Amino acid sequence: MENILAGAEMLARWDVIVALLIGSIGGVIIGAIPGVGPAVAIAILLPATFGLDPIVGLTMLLGIYGSSMYGGAIPAVLINTPGTAVNALTSYDGYPMTKNGEAHRAVSLSYSASFFGGIFGIVCLILLSPVLAIVAPMFGSREIFLAALLGIILVVLAHRGQIMAAGMLAMFGVFLQTIGLDAVTYTQRYTFSQSFLSSGINLIVVVLGLFALSQAFFLLTAPDSSPDAKPVTGKLGVGFKELMKHKRVATVASSFGVILGMIPGTGEFTAQFMSYTYAQKTSKEPEKFGKGSPEGLIASEAANNAVPAAAMIPLLALGIPGEALTAMMLSVFYVHNVIPGPQLFQNNIDLVYGLYFSLIALNVIVMVFLLFSTNLLTKIIRIPTRFLGVMILILSFVGVYSLRNSLTDVIISAVFGVFGLVLKRLNLPIVPIILGMVLGGIMETKLRSALPRLKSPMDMIDRPIAFIIFVLILLVIGLHIRTLVKEYRAYQPDEDHDLHDTQSR
Amino acid sequence: MTNSKTLKSLFKRYRRPGDIVFAWFCLICSVFLLSQIYDQTAYKAGAKLFAQPRFWPAVSLCLMTGFAVLHLLGSAFSQRIEGRWREVWLWVSSLEYAGWFMAYAFAVPYAGYLPTTILFAVLLALRVGYRSAKMLLAAAGSALFTVLLFKTLLKVNLPSGLIYEQLPDGLRQFMLTYF
Repeated sequence: MENILAGAEMLARWDVIVALLIGSIGGVIIGAIPGVGPAVAIAILLPATFGLDPIVGLTMLLGIYGSSMYGGAIPAVLINTPGTAVNALTSYDGYPMTKNGEAHRAVSLSYSASFFGGIFGIVCLILLSPVLAIVAPMFGSREIFLAALLGIILVVLAHRGQIMAAGMLAMFGVFLQTIGLDAVTYTQRYTFSQSFLSSGINLIVVVLGLFALSQAFFLLTAPDSSPDAKPVTGKLGVGFKELMKHKRVATVASSFGVILGMIPGTGEFTAQFMSYTYAQKTSKEPEKFGKGSPEGLIASEAANNAVPAAAMIPLLALGIPGEALTAMMLSVFYVHNVIPGPQLFQNNIDLVYGLYFSLIALNVIVMVFLLFSTNLLTKIIRIPTRFLGVMILILSFVGVYSLRNSLTDVIISAVFGVFGLVLKRLNLPIVPIILGMVLGGIMETKLRSALPRLKSPMDMIDRPIAFIIFVLILLVIGLHIRTLVKEYRAYQPDEDHDLHDTQSR
Repeated sequence: MTNSKTLKSLFKRYRRPGDIVFAWFCLICSVFLLSQIYDQTAYKAGAKLFAQPRFWPAVSLCLMTGFAVLHLLGSAFSQRIEGRWREVWLWVSSLEYAGWFMAYAFAVPYAGYLPTTILFAVLLALRVGYRSAKMLLAAAGSALFTVLLFKTLLKVNLPSGLIYEQLPDGLRQFMLTYF
């Protein structure tokens, strides 16, 4: 109880409240603009938050993360262009509803489903906390190593149809983090006698290049466009009533979001697709899906909004990020010497509760903001894309240069920017590189620290949790091979190739 | 014949223009990096295999090369979409904007954050095709807002600019601190 109060107290500071307001409202706006996703915004703001208190910086970034999907639903519904990549399925049913003259119904329904999913995720996170506090300390070096390994495998396998590319890029990420002076043996690794490489390649510089600069280059090299969204009329709170008619779909979709959000590498996409498929299969009107089904819209929005809270579980409890945005947040923890992982629940539980409360607050702030300002957002959507590109470049400079005032960082990030552009143009994933860097670093450190206790390779899995994770790894690989064989035999029709079109928005 | 057909269909996937160029590029880079493993990493005699400084670069590069080969095979066996070199040219043309970005970063420590940012925003807006006074003013205004937000208000660690040294006493300190 004391800790809960301490957590609430953390939030009752003017700077935290301002950060929360900026983060959540900024997140909605950023999410609503097609072309700037939360990843771009978080990448740019990361270095600026290093000077702030951990709770202030984290609430701002969490605000952006948790609220961007609310905003992203607006253009998905109104102009068939998802504001963020994870709103892709929202447009399947949202846009047909707009075409049928039900834009108001679609927008209000997506807000209520998002709110439901968001709060559901947080409640699960709070309920799971006592379990986490018990389970997390059972994770030693080998368990965390194996969990990170499982994370990398899942990240690769989650990119169906692009597994080779995802594997290659994840390994590239692992390789990138090895560059520089080895911290234990003090030997150079892939520095090619260049002094600037001795300190290694900074994760934030890579993140800024791959997410922010590449997006700027992408927009600047593409033809200029200015999406035109029509204003929405009517009360936006009515969606809640309709949502109550589809409680089952909303609850199951949010549960998919929570479960898949906890598993590294899967996240919003898989959650959305699974809950959408579930909703369609169990619906009384499955033929309406893709043509304006409210159940489809609820399934998609409730699932993706339940993910942010759930994604905090592996991050806070084990220090293992499941996707790019939590990987970026991990660096904020590190900068402030707050190491997420088993000890966090023992030493900084007030911070954990503070983050829970900020998640609840951000959902409420966003909901209230959207009820009154949706039409303002439909005007913001109209910013021309090349102009956005110019602005992203200016903002990226703040991010890259403020880190350590280094021109070398600027050059490295520009190189990664061009590389990211190529990946986006080819519709190849960027996230495996970032997760490869973060999880690769964790694997190297944890394997080294586990070594003195390992006499034979079997010692690696001689503890219950380590053994369970090992079995999970085998299971994941086995199931994947089984699916491949089954699909190959059945000659499945072509899949949606833009399934992983995560980069161009 | 049947075997080769089976192999082809196993690797078949959707590819965009330029896919094979990227696949070759990745493979060449991976092989080059792997070939440097003995020069660029050390081997500590007596240390365990997993603790060798060479271990993780070797694992990652071997797997990266393996995946790069498979990715290339996938590209080669999949249906080609026309427009390869047009796409590659677009990638190359993005270097121009990378150049703009670097030039901006090089100029800030000399010409000052505020003037460089406004000039950069307006020039780049002109470069990408905006001609109306409204858009150019919007570019300058957004640049000014960025400077005010990050440098003046949030005091983010950004350089001030040598040019401010030429300003009269009172103004110089003000500009150095806030812009």
